[in-house]
Order: sequence, then structure tokens, then C-alpha cells
Amino acid sequence: MALGITRYSRIKDRTLVRQGEVVHTGADGSFDDFLDNALKALNIAYPKFYKMDRAAKLGFLGTEMLVNNTAVLSGYEPARVALVVANAHASLDTDIRYFETTKTMASPALFVYTLPNIVIGEICIRHGIKGENACFVLPAFDAQQLHDYVTMVMATEKTQACVAGWVDVLGDQHDVFLYLVEKKQQHINALEHTAEQLQKLYEHYGTVDGRS
Amino acid sequence: MEQLMADLKKQIIEALNLKHLKPEDIGDDQALFVEGLGLDSIDALELIVLLQQHYNIKLANPQDGPQIFKSVRTIAEYIQANKPS
Amino acid sequence: MKGSVHVAGIGVISAIGSSASATLAAFREQESGIGHITHFDSVHKNVLPVGEVKLPNEALCDILWQGAHVTRTALLGIHAAREAVKSSGVDVKRWRTGLISATTVGGMDKTEHFFIDYLNNPNAGKLRNVVNHECGKSTEIIADDLGVKGFISTINTACSSSVNAIALGSRLIKHGLLDVVIAGGSDALSKFTLNGFNSLMILDQQPCRPFDASRSGLNLGEGAGFVVLVSDEVRQAEGVASRVLVNGYANTNDAYHQTASSPEGRGSFGAMQKALAMSGLLPQDIDYINLHGTGTLNNDLSEGTAVARLYGEKYPRMSSTKAFTGHTLGASGGIEAVFSVLALQHQCVFPNLRFETPIPEVGLVPQRTFEENVSVKHVMSNSFGFGGNCSSIIFSRN
Repeated sequence: MALGITRYSRIKDRTLVRQGEVVHTGADGSFDDFLDNALKALNIAYPKFYKMDRAAKLGFLGTEMLVNNTAVLSGYEPARVALVVANAHASLDTDIRYFETTKTMASPALFVYTLPNIVIGEICIRHGIKGENACFVLPAFDAQQLHDYVTMVMATEKTQACVAGWVDVLGDQHDVFLYLVEKKQQHINALEHTAEQLQKLYEHYGTVDGRS
Repeated sequence: MEQLMADLKKQIIEALNLKHLKPEDIGDDQALFVEGLGLDSIDALELIVLLQQHYNIKLANPQDGPQIFKSVRTIAEYIQANKPS
Repeated sequence: MKGSVHVAGIGVISAIGSSASATLAAFREQESGIGHITHFDSVHKNVLPVGEVKLPNEALCDILWQGAHVTRTALLGIHAAREAVKSSGVDVKRWRTGLISATTVGGMDKTEHFFIDYLNNPNAGKLRNVVNHECGKSTEIIADDLGVKGFISTINTACSSSVNAIALGSRLIKHGLLDVVIAGGSDALSKFTLNGFNSLMILDQQPCRPFDASRSGLNLGEGAGFVVLVSDEVRQAEGVASRVLVNGYANTNDAYHQTASSPEGRGSFGAMQKALAMSGLLPQDIDYINLHGTGTLNNDLSEGTAVARLYGEKYPRMSSTKAFTGHTLGASGGIEAVFSVLALQHQCVFPNLRFETPIPEVGLVPQRTFEENVSVKHVMSNSFGFGGNCSSIIFSRN
């Protein structure tokens, strides 16, 4: 059964892009303000969001754009949805902030985010995902590796859908590209799941034809 | 007591990143955990940090947390009773 | 997928010994490795007990012929991985060999030294002390030492890391992608983890009491544990004597909280159940469970609830060995995999030190003494990590 990319999202340069369309952009204020305002722009009430670290917030926002208030993930059994995320800076952004707090009193709320895979945990908690999951630390976005690993995960019978992509942050520098791949074929607009396609979506802000 | 509770509400919102709330949204006797504000175990630890940083009160045993952190009023009472002189 | 995955060799270093045989001797003598911090400075030095590997860095460098800039995580890893390869008798250079190592702190110990000078003066501090910081670097150093040039990977899923490393290694062999995999993990004690876990208020100021009603936290430990996994073909060609194999494993996601396990232990229950299903065994077939048993209120209650749900009244011998070693985080699954293999090889089970009173909610009574001449055919080992990452693995004797 062919795999189709049915949804994709991008967060870069303080701009949220869903299926190639700008959903929100916020140049004013701090980067943290941008993240919090983005949640409001997506019209989501989820108080725990404000407690997350930047990587988890970015992964959360990217996934929310994929779901877009639909039952696309909750329609599957929890164990049938997989999650594959990679980044370049592990949890360094939070490691640094946590280190700052150790000068006075170490912050427990920050310490719990000093692991790169917590972004996966937050997305799983939000959407009840209990399938295969993996978080890779790579030198840079690698469409080929992402494609190969996701293809492998999707090759198992139990996995019906997979949220995958790139969630990287260090300071204000951020780069998010997430997509949903599904086995179902009835999606007319699904894109073929190839490394070339992923590279194109990543480079072109998530627009298929290159417009941003 | 009233002033202390007002201060506490501001400090709790700040320390726990409760950005969806304003001080007046938190009732003096409202439950903070589970049913009430929905705080969790990590929040309880941040409240312990808060007591130490703002009031110089050291809570050695986290198991005492649930009793002390029931509501803003119980925290205020605990602070008044345990303030270092 | 075809064939079996055999455990051809084991290697371990922890607070209770720097080899598999020394470890077994410590278990026999019921000698705990928990004590004061001696290898680094900390405000918690005489307050928080830990499970330190007795050898300081200088001694490790000396024994292993490594330079002073090599991180403690890498040194401990080399020590255990060399023992594992040696005990297997397998010529790893002859086969398609991989190394999968788990760690959570990587080169943190050296970085912490570097930082102090560097923060005062950007020109101070030696860069060679931070180049090995990254978790993956410790795996590369171990691979270089062993001469492994094929598949090299690092896994960090917090405290379940090493079991996931062994599971991945087993899968690579089953799928015919590799012939030999050295899998396990290594973690050194560091200020980072000590202060971090202390901020979570889950460190006991006394030696820890896993699965006891009076438990009040864990003791951090350090060490490394590796197994050498081989295919049927390698086992035959190299004349491997070991009769232990990896029989089943599973990794589940609790999807409950960043650090806490769900009270009903749904992730841990699922991991045990799925590992049993893969091995084709029934819960009653397990002769010994090496519990995750950290000694925190949350873990032991959640894990105990899951075990009670799986077994009801009649449960096998079980113990947490963390009262001996402390919680070695990313290395714990590798170290406890070695313990599991020792139990199968020597037909023995290990005591759950300092146990007195069962946890009232679950009422489980763990193994209290070192017992030999026990029939041990199947051992299950649990490792559960932050992020709700729960893993169980089953080793069997054929």
C-alpha cells in the first residue's frame, strides 16, 4: 500500500505555515511571546502548554496545525499512530536555562525538560498516541533518513499513521517541519512519501510549488 | 493575611507559568491540585522552591506538600506560622 | 525474521564491583555499594548517598590506557564493553559488528569541570574537556577502542535507554543486518543529575529501600553494562558456549506525564505483557523479575500495581538490585541485563536489600536473600524512564 503525506506544517522565522498557508506570524515581542501568542492564534485552550520548554511548544504547535481540530489522529487506535522526530540541538536550549537556575535554586520544572525526547512525550499526552516513537539527534535535517525510518515504521502492520519531522530550537533560532503520513489511499490530495518530496516541503516552507 | 494571599497569587502565576490566569481568577480557598487548578507533582516542587526563594522557608519533606498546598489560604497560613523571625 | 539472538558475553562495572565475577561475589555477601560521594565536589557531599564506582578516573585511565581527557562515561563503558567482548570469545572484527550504547549524561563530568573556569574567563579552560560532551561521542570512543566500525548508535530514552539498546541490537540481528551487536549502556555520576534529581526531591538521604513501605526516594549510581549479542551462525562458527538468549522485549509509551508514571502502571503493564507475548511465555513461566524498583514513592507503587495486576496473588521471585548499585540511569538496563544473565548462568536470584514492610497498596514481598540452586529458566528485567518510556526484556536459558 502506498504511503501518502496527507498533512504538513512548518514553523520558521516566527511564522506558522499549514499546508503552505500562513496561519500566524508574530514579529513583535520576545520569541517566548511569539510561541504563547501562536497558541492563542490557533484558538487552543491547553494551560499545560505554558509550562513546556521551547522544543515541546514548537512540536505541540506543529502537531496542532496537522490535526487542525479534526479527528485525524483520534480516529486511529492509540497504538496505531507512530511519532518520529529529529533535531540538531537535543535539549541544549533547556539545558542552558536549567544551568542558569542552578546558580540559585535548580528548577524542577526545567530539569524535567532536559531530555531531547520530552517533546515526543508532550505530543503523545496531548493526542493519546501510544504507537512506535523515536527521537533522533542529527547534524542537520536529513530527508533521506527521515523517509527511510518512517517507511520502516509504516511497514509494520500495526502502524496506520505517523507524525514525523524536524523540531529544532536553540535560543531564538527555530526550525520546525512536521508531516502526517497515512496508509489510507482515499486522500486525493496526498503527496507521495519520498525523500525528494520531504526535502521540497522542508525547503519551501511547506508549499508544494515553492511559493512561500 | 489578605496582602500575603494577593502576593502569593501573583507569585504562583509567575512561578508556575499559569499564563491563562490572572490573580483574581484564583479563589482564596480554591483547590490548587487535581480538581481545582489542575496542578501536578512538578508544580508542587516549584511551590517548594517559591517558599524558599520568596519567604526563606525550607520544606524538607515533599510529602508535607499536599497538606500545605491545598489552597492559597493554607499556604499563607503556613508561611505565617513558619516565617523565620 | 529468523533465528535466535544469543548472549555470548557480558561485562559490567558498578558500585558493587568492576567485573561480572566481583558483582556476583558482592551479591553473595549482600554487600551494598551505596556510600558517600568521593570523586567530585558537591554541596550534597555528605548528605546524599550514591553508588559510586570505586575506581577514580586516574585509575580507570591507567588500567585502560586512555588519556586524561576521556570522559568517565566513556571510561566506564570501555571497561564493561571490553569485558563483555573478552568473555564472549567472539572475534568481533571478523563479523558485521555493531555497537549500540545508551547514556543520558554523556561527557557531562568533564563539561562541569570546564565550565567553572570558562565562565570566569572565556579564554580559560581546555577545549579538549568539552569535545567529548555529546552523548554520541562516548559511543564513538567505545567503538574505537573495540575496533567496531560498522553500525554505531546511541540511545537516550532516560532510564529505559539500555534495554532499548539491547532490543534494537536484537532486531538488527534478527533481520540479518548485523551478525554481532555489543549493546548496553554507560552513565557516570555528575553534578547535573545529582542536582537535577535533588530538585525533584526524589533522592533519599538514607540508603534507598526499594519496594518497602518506608521508601522515600532513590540513590543515584553510576556504571556500565554490556552484552554481546550474536546470531545462530556466529554462535556456531565461534563455538560460543553460552546458552542464554534474548527471548522477548517490548517498549511502550505511558503517555501520562513528563516524569511520573501513571498510578495504575499502564505503561509498565503493557511492556511486561508485550515482552511475554513476543517470547511466547506465560507470566507464570518467569522465574525471576529484576524490577526497575528505584525506591521512589511513584515508581514502586506504579510498577508494583502493574506486577500485581499481571500476577495476582502468585508471583515469581523478584527484587530490585538498585539497593546495591544505586540507580545508574541510562546504564541501569544494561547493568541489570548482565545481572539477569548471571541469574540464568549461575541459577541464582539476588536479594532486595533493606526490605522490611510491603507497600500496603500492593502487598508484594520481594526476594530477601541471595539464593542459589534455584531453577531459573526465564528472567524478566524492567526499565522505565521519564517521558513514560517503559521497557521490559526477557532472557531465557535453552
